[in-house]
Amino acid sequence: MNALGAPVLATINAQVVVDAIGLGATYALMAVGIGLVFGILRLVNFAYGQLIMAGAYTLAYTSSWPVAWSIVACFGVVIALSLLMERAVFRPLREQSPTVMLVTTFAISFVLQSIALLIDIRDGQIGEPAPSLTSLNVPISIDGVDVRKVTIVAVLVAIGALGALALLLGRTEIGLRTRAAAADFRTARLLGVKANQVIGLAVVLSGALAATVAVILTVQTPFVTPDFALHDTIIVLVGVVVGGIDRLWTATLGGFAIGFVSGIVNGALPTDSTVYLPSVVFALVILVLLLRPAGLFVRGRTSVVDRV
Amino acid sequence: MSTLRNRTAAVELLGPGLLIVAVGLVATRVSQANELYFLNALVAVSMVVAVYVFVGNSGVLSFGQISFVAVGGFASGVMTIPVESKSGVLPDLFPILRDHTLGNVSSLVLAALVGGVLALVLGLPLMRLSGLAAGIATFAVLEITHNVLREWTKIGPGATTLSLIPESSGPTQPVIGALVVMAIAYGYQRSRLGRMLRASREDAAAAEAVGVNVHRQRLWAFTLSGALAGFAGGLYVHMLGSITADSVYLELTFLTLAMLVFGGATSLWGAVLGALVVSGLDSFLSQAEQGVNVGVKLDLPQGTTLIILGTIMATMLILRPSGITGGREFSLPRVRRPAARRPPATPERTAP
Repeated sequence: MNALGAPVLATINAQVVVDAIGLGATYALMAVGIGLVFGILRLVNFAYGQLIMAGAYTLAYTSSWPVAWSIVACFGVVIALSLLMERAVFRPLREQSPTVMLVTTFAISFVLQSIALLIDIRDGQIGEPAPSLTSLNVPISIDGVDVRKVTIVAVLVAIGALGALALLLGRTEIGLRTRAAAADFRTARLLGVKANQVIGLAVVLSGALAATVAVILTVQTPFVTPDFALHDTIIVLVGVVVGGIDRLWTATLGGFAIGFVSGIVNGALPTDSTVYLPSVVFALVILVLLLRPAGLFVRGRTSVVDRV
Repeated sequence: MSTLRNRTAAVELLGPGLLIVAVGLVATRVSQANELYFLNALVAVSMVVAVYVFVGNSGVLSFGQISFVAVGGFASGVMTIPVESKSGVLPDLFPILRDHTLGNVSSLVLAALVGGVLALVLGLPLMRLSGLAAGIATFAVLEITHNVLREWTKIGPGATTLSLIPESSGPTQPVIGALVVMAIAYGYQRSRLGRMLRASREDAAAAEAVGVNVHRQRLWAFTLSGALAGFAGGLYVHMLGSITADSVYLELTFLTLAMLVFGGATSLWGAVLGALVVSGLDSFLSQAEQGVNVGVKLDLPQGTTLIILGTIMATMLILRPSGITGGREFSLPRVRRPAARRPPATPERTAP
């Protein structure tokens, strides 16, 4: 290792790696949620973060309920909002270009944030505490490394969700239809795949993943504001592009990678420069894009020009 | 033939140009408090036209152009604060920035330069991406700029407000600025480079097939757009007299994109009209949030402005993605003149 690398590596210990894996797992879940919908509709949902935000607010407002019911309510609200978004926004946009879809969901994201602000500000201040799940944030010590319970939950949930998704997409009839729709939506429809059925499945799964992420993020940050998960969404979207947006697995890896790298860089930066974490991570992103414009995990090369 | 083309150009420039001048004239007639709304609208025109130069001509979405507005605004602001007050408000500044001050116009040129150079450097890797990925990756630009401007106190105020910037009084500077930006944008879109890029927007593969280097054309537009955005940032700080890193970030990105989309992203006329209409609406709604009397008492809760603007933007995109202008340039309503039926003999022909 060179002279520059040695002191940097010294500060990366097992603790940093564990936290980085936890963040990577959370971002991977978001990447799957975004990638599932993109695969079928060619729609990048910028408002995905606001689904998570809605879930987090639900957890905050139901924090007096038993934890299990609170989580059920969170899933209910997020999946309902996800379906509503599909019906009101995605469906009328289906014939539009991917760019128009992205700008529209960008607008929807601001609408949802403002609606959240309207609801939130009724008590006179912005932000709601969501204390019911903080017990999961308590660290347990494994061999000198503090592992927060939520990190274990995040990693297990990510592995479980991805495994279940792989089985669903790879082994079931509806999964086959979904993959067919993702490969070529028009041809799949001609061959009898019901469009609304596979889109509905993707949207529900994507909503369930958003609700899961809402639970995980609320444990880590038990104070919910209208811009909750907004910046995480931007980071994950960039990660998905870096990984390769055209395949679900490269997109997921991209999400994991940008979370993991953020965690590692955060540990490696000297304390007084951790405020520059976003700059360092996004500079790395630009570097990767310079070297592999088609995506970090994509084999082969694609041109600047898409021919659809 | 060429006179016809020139006449079209004159009409296409005259429509938006006169509208800008008219808004400037109205601004001199209204009260001091309301003047700011008109000046805001004029600066918004410069910003939206700058965004349009890249997004409209290339068809590639960018969330990053406001970072050039930010950089231009900060550069122009920091360099025009008088030297004697600088060491007080910005103690950590690099000596070279601390000990020099520029005039108003040269600070605007500096803002354009800084914006353009930054756009060129960042565009080099980003423009290699294909459409959608390029759009999302421009978020990286916005995030880096915001992060650095917010934290690095050697080049600016950090997380605090940069104030004490000499203000340009009245609508003269915003009007001239908007006209300059508009004229440059129009000149570019009618030029060889602009036409090549617009061809690639319609069909990238076909444009490449006839020899257009799509990557390079996008890079030129990104750079020009960055320079104009930096210039608009300079106009912005001199209009307000202050700036914060958070005021030139996501919400402004959303607002400028909403303006562009509302007007019609593929025409200069759309960019100008969209900027003026949406910022008029924005001003009205933010006043309504404070409570305003328009025949009936209107008192909207805080946050409704963005709900209404966002809903309008989304509805527009769903129902009419080409905007209110339909993505066309300004043209005079066609009048069927009886003169057209006259025999072709014209006085010039008969005169020797």
